[in-house]
Amino acid sequence: MIVPAAQERLFLSEQNKLAQFEFLVMPHRKAAYNLARWLTRNDHDAEDVVQEAFLRAFRFFDGFHGGDSKAWLLTIVRNACHTWMQQNRKLTLDEDMGEYEAAEPSPETVVIENVDREALRRAIEELPPEFREAIVLRELEGLSYKEIGAVTGVPVGTVMSRLARARGRLAKALGERKAGGAV
Amino acid sequence: MTCDDARRLLTAYVDAELDVAHNMDIEKHLETCPVCARIVENQERLHSAIQASDLSYEPPPALDARVNAMLRGSVKPAARPRMVWPWIAAAAAILLALVFAGRLSVGRPQASETLIAQEVLDSHLRSLMPGHLTDVESSDRHTVKPWFDGKIDFAPPVVDFASDGFPLAGGRLDSISGRVVAALVYRRNKHLINVYIWPSPAPDSPPAAATLQGYNLLHWTQGSFAWWMSSDLNADELGQLGAHLRQSAR
Repeated sequence: MIVPAAQERLFLSEQNKLAQFEFLVMPHRKAAYNLARWLTRNDHDAEDVVQEAFLRAFRFFDGFHGGDSKAWLLTIVRNACHTWMQQNRKLTLDEDMGEYEAAEPSPETVVIENVDREALRRAIEELPPEFREAIVLRELEGLSYKEIGAVTGVPVGTVMSRLARARGRLAKALGERKAGGAV
Repeated sequence: MTCDDARRLLTAYVDAELDVAHNMDIEKHLETCPVCARIVENQERLHSAIQASDLSYEPPPALDARVNAMLRGSVKPAARPRMVWPWIAAAAAILLALVFAGRLSVGRPQASETLIAQEVLDSHLRSLMPGHLTDVESSDRHTVKPWFDGKIDFAPPVVDFASDGFPLAGGRLDSISGRVVAALVYRRNKHLINVYIWPSPAPDSPPAAATLQGYNLLHWTQGSFAWWMSSDLNADELGQLGAHLRQSAR
């Protein structure tokens, strides 16, 4: 049964929590949807993941003690996306995530000139998830390497090598091969 | 600096993430290495192309509404004053939906019904928060029905429709418009359906369907009870459970 007095106190502090949450976290909902949309590659799933992520974020909000609320929210969104990808078996787990030196075709033999917007979108969509999230967080959300490392749970050196490899792949997908290879 | 050393740092150089010393090393190397210079140029063009292409996805407006409703569903009473405008808009929308569906006869007191619809949805969203769904968790009507005894001053009809694909999951007490109501929870595959029941003096009425913030609602009056159903289940299947409920309450 509802006990009015206790209920009222609860609502008061909950209301406070909601106000703080709206002030600190809600402004990043566009970034949250953008990341989820790029990782799920699907409108409907992105909406579900974001809703789930906001539910988790609100639940864990007591554990947020200041700092970068955007990176904090995106960490939760990113984890919700990876859970979703595992459940939907859309994550290629055997993707080679080795170091930059590991047999990546060198991108220096291509030249990027005119890039078509849709081709660019497609090329990013086809990147493995770890590369795709690094590119989205850096290029679209403007996060620093340190922040990307925090969101994706890897050291800064790994962020750097993932971005390098991701850009190498994009250059290969979008660039035109120069006759005669390297200059 | 060797080409291999430089190559590893080119991305960080383009992103201005290098310290001053490394930055100078790279700049010096680029003056003498056309291959690395080509890579830097490509990466800068790629960066410009991405920035110029506006590749960010905009969240659909309905998502904001869903998230807001969900958050407010968890803290409803105190949040009420802020909800006035979306609330009225939603009420207007459902009223229109009901009118266009031709299921409301003119002259009936629809306004209060539309406000109840929003409260039903708020309650539904609140029930989805962890630990809020059921007070008594059971698929056995003989467990759920007596549980309500002494907690409310009416006896809601409790029937399990597992054989029709709608197993009973449990029940709880909830509050709609300030009155305590019985809420029964049914499942349909992975979807949850809340069925709200409370005594009503209104004459029996046929079911009226509406969609509010992406959720399907179904409402009717029967046997001196007001019935409301809410779910993310599709309207057809929600209607099936509604038909079973009306049949069994007859």
